[in-house]
Amino acid sequence: MSKTIEAPIPEGPIAEKWSNYKAKAKLVSPNNRKRLEVIVVGTGLAGASAAASLAEMGYNVKSFCFQDSPRRAHSVAAQGGVNAAKNYKNDGDSAYRMFYDTLKGGDFRSREANTYRLAECSASLIDQAVAQGVPFGREYGGYLRNRSFGGVQVSRTFYARGQTGQQLLLGSYQALLRQKQAGKVKLYARHEMLDVVIIEGKARGIIARNLDTGQIERHGAHTVVLATGGFGKIYYLSTLAMGCNASAIWRAHKKGAFMANPSWTQIHPTSLPQSGEHQSKLTLMSESLRNDGRIWVPKDQNETRAPGDIPEEDRDYYLERKYPSFGNLAPRDISSRAAKEQIDLGKGVGPLKNAVYLDFSRAINEYGKDVIAERYGNLFTMYKKITGIDAYREPMKISPAAHFSMGGLWVDYELMTTVPGLFAIGEANFSDHGANRLGANSLLQACVDGYFILPYTLQNYLADQIRIEKTDVNHPAFEESERQVKDQMQAFLNCKGKKTAEEFHKELGRELYDKCGLLRTKEGLEKAIENIKKLREEYKTNLLVPGTAGEVNSELEKAGRVSDYMELAELMCLDALHREESCGAHFRAEYQTAEGEAKRDDENYCYSAAWEWTGNASAPMLNREPLVFETVKPTVRSYK
Amino acid sequence: MKIKLKIWRQRDSRSKGEFKEYHLDDVSKDMSFLEMLDTLNIKLIKQGDLPVEFDHDCREGICGQCGVMINGIAHGPLKNTTTCQLHMRSFNDGDTIHVEPFKAAAFPIVRDLKVNRSAFDNIISSGGYVSVDTGQAPEANSIPVTFEEAESAFDAAACIGCGACVASCKNSSAALFTSAKISHLARLPQGDKETSTRVVNMVNQMEEEGFGYCTNTEACQVECPENISVLNIARMNYEYNKAKVLAKK
Ligand SMILES: Cc1cc2nc3c(=O)[nH]c(=O)nc-3n(C[C@H](O)[C@H](O)[C@H](O)COP(=O)(O)OP(=O)(O)OC[C@H]3O[C@@H](n4cnc5c(N)ncnc54)[C@H](O)[C@@H]3O)c2cc1C
Repeated sequence: MSKTIEAPIPEGPIAEKWSNYKAKAKLVSPNNRKRLEVIVVGTGLAGASAAASLAEMGYNVKSFCFQDSPRRAHSVAAQGGVNAAKNYKNDGDSAYRMFYDTLKGGDFRSREANTYRLAECSASLIDQAVAQGVPFGREYGGYLRNRSFGGVQVSRTFYARGQTGQQLLLGSYQALLRQKQAGKVKLYARHEMLDVVIIEGKARGIIARNLDTGQIERHGAHTVVLATGGFGKIYYLSTLAMGCNASAIWRAHKKGAFMANPSWTQIHPTSLPQSGEHQSKLTLMSESLRNDGRIWVPKDQNETRAPGDIPEEDRDYYLERKYPSFGNLAPRDISSRAAKEQIDLGKGVGPLKNAVYLDFSRAINEYGKDVIAERYGNLFTMYKKITGIDAYREPMKISPAAHFSMGGLWVDYELMTTVPGLFAIGEANFSDHGANRLGANSLLQACVDGYFILPYTLQNYLADQIRIEKTDVNHPAFEESERQVKDQMQAFLNCKGKKTAEEFHKELGRELYDKCGLLRTKEGLEKAIENIKKLREEYKTNLLVPGTAGEVNSELEKAGRVSDYMELAELMCLDALHREESCGAHFRAEYQTAEGEAKRDDENYCYSAAWEWTGNASAPMLNREPLVFETVKPTVRSYK
Repeated sequence: MKIKLKIWRQRDSRSKGEFKEYHLDDVSKDMSFLEMLDTLNIKLIKQGDLPVEFDHDCREGICGQCGVMINGIAHGPLKNTTTCQLHMRSFNDGDTIHVEPFKAAAFPIVRDLKVNRSAFDNIISSGGYVSVDTGQAPEANSIPVTFEEAESAFDAAACIGCGACVASCKNSSAALFTSAKISHLARLPQGDKETSTRVVNMVNQMEEEGFGYCTNTEACQVECPENISVLNIARMNYEYNKAKVLAKK
């Protein structure tokens, strides 16, 4: 039976809820902390900051990642910046303003109290990062510098050249290794979590595979935190890393954790277009480029002139035309959809006619090449490496790409999933961004979850676990999990079919882009579900995985990930199908305004969909968390 | 394009390795080097062979996980470029390409082109951080850092930890990697307080991990994807000597 679920929210006005929570949260004395073990899966900004902060408090932390070093988590790839309501620009920013922008940016589909807390904690993150030695951009006088990102009218984005994610991550990675040195963190790099182990209804450990030896290991703890990042790689071509996956959260889902709004995927407007069939990923060009770059397509779909030869009157700066007050900085969902519209009209540019121009000529004329080089030099260099083209001379060609998962594990205000003792932080959870995330808000969310929220909420949970003994990894629940994991891997190896996991993944990705991407229809989604089911059946009989389980085997790793994607993909389509409205990144062609904008249905869909696993991937149970707006009134989201 | 590959195959750190030859007939100039290896692997798997294991993740030049020797050069012929950002347009039809792992005593081979670089993590653990706990930080603008300081700290902090510097050095020295972290933190007021203990601990750890000595050939900077400057090594030596002298007083 489908349920209505609630996330208990602390009392008081919105600006006081988090303080009220902290004032009343249970504590664990330093002596008891020493006896408690915490598993943190993931070493991105969320995982590394959580693990380091918890270890500093005195907990014993085991930290896992699949890369060969925690420093390589995909947070490292974030380019543009991180938001914080410092109001250093004196341009009217405040926690409330940031909260409102984020809520509106998410098309009023996130939980007010969580979103406010994100904005409220944002300023401390900048303090923390600066103290760690993160070299943010500075003014000549020595004070911190800001720029603007999409969907807002203030400058609240802090950045470290075009490598903000890398620098923030190095800060938390170094904090993590400092705790390793102190003996409070045990590091398990090149380990992939393959299951959550639940004992007496609580998360008490994980099963992980050592990717260098193939060994299956059991790890116990008093609580498990998943900080395993986003699953946009399900679309195959995406801005995510090759190893990004849904497996950790999907396997937790199958153990009882609900998945919320899984179909809400941000398709980023400024990525490099696909150039051929061999392509394995799409490279992002930071949104910050839209501060100075202007987006356009030729007015004539049969245009053949080089971009520089096309006069102004034959160009359509469609974002400036359609959204005059935000122009090229319109939010991502809107910009991507607008690009798709132009491409579908046949006005796309480039050999595959799958891109639009991002043009810097006006900015170069106005500020000079040096200033533009100082702002975006590394992005221009990267563009040249990949495409061979000099973007100081001709416009970049960009195209939308799958980028960020707003959906993820459902969590309550304390960031706990529906499985007691199992927490989810960072991009792995669904919490703060609603149906569309604003640029530079997710580095922030990952950091705030890890540094400032989890240390309180996890402790509130652990306060009741101090009498619980260390987890016995010989418990039958571990035996059972380990057996299932091993059986599954053996089944992949025994299949001996004709197609590699990668080939299946590409097919799945195409299906999702086509029918569960920027534009969705009832008909398309129903078709996608049919096709995904067929593909999943074929996966059982026609998968080809070389080698054995007891050794390094990248193909076996992929097989597990793609197998989970095959199930999650159907849930995404079911989620998109059931939501008969458009909101943020979820655009159903049937539900749009006369001007072609998303048309929300607050009467019937003002809730987060929290799906429950039933044992059958095609028949999940829908639970609803109603979204209650006490502080702001949802309005029609307009950026005109 | 047609490409001939000679790739180092080795089961694990204890086994003996050897070059194996492979041919690809349908390589596009727009492919990245790793996509070319993907193509080879699909072919191998379908033939019933084991694919070539290699490290990679973000494929946009920032995670530092990829890295192989291509015709004897770390990350291949293009300057300041990681293996994943190298594209086949840097090669010609009919070329023979030698592909080997980053070799160094401190980087044991895991399989084929994959190596274990956890020695780098150990160097950072020994002191590559500012000792600040979550919650202790003062208001960010209370510590002004000039534009120049921030930029030069960034230049050093940009290191991606790929290990090309070690692989390019005839002594397998990790001096560039280690010194980049030391300079990054020493150039900022937040980090400078701990410079003398940091530099001694990190240099000692670097030796303990089995990296060789720096003899100033500067090969490391040439192959560094982030163009990290060898001046950082000079800075490290200066700070190290200063710390030693001060300790004697
Ligand atoms: C190209 C790009 C650019 C971006 N730019 C920006 C930006 O400018 N500003 C902004 O705010 N946001 C940006 N984002 C989004 C932001 O970077 C991410 O949302 C955020 O960094 C996610 O952090 P995380 O800690 O949740 O996950 P990640 O950093 O992805 O870390 C996930 C961790 O989990 C581990 N892991 C995953 N699965 C397993 C498993 N099964 N077993 C063991 N370990 C596992 C991984 O090893 C890794 O350590 C960008 C994203 C991309 C892809």
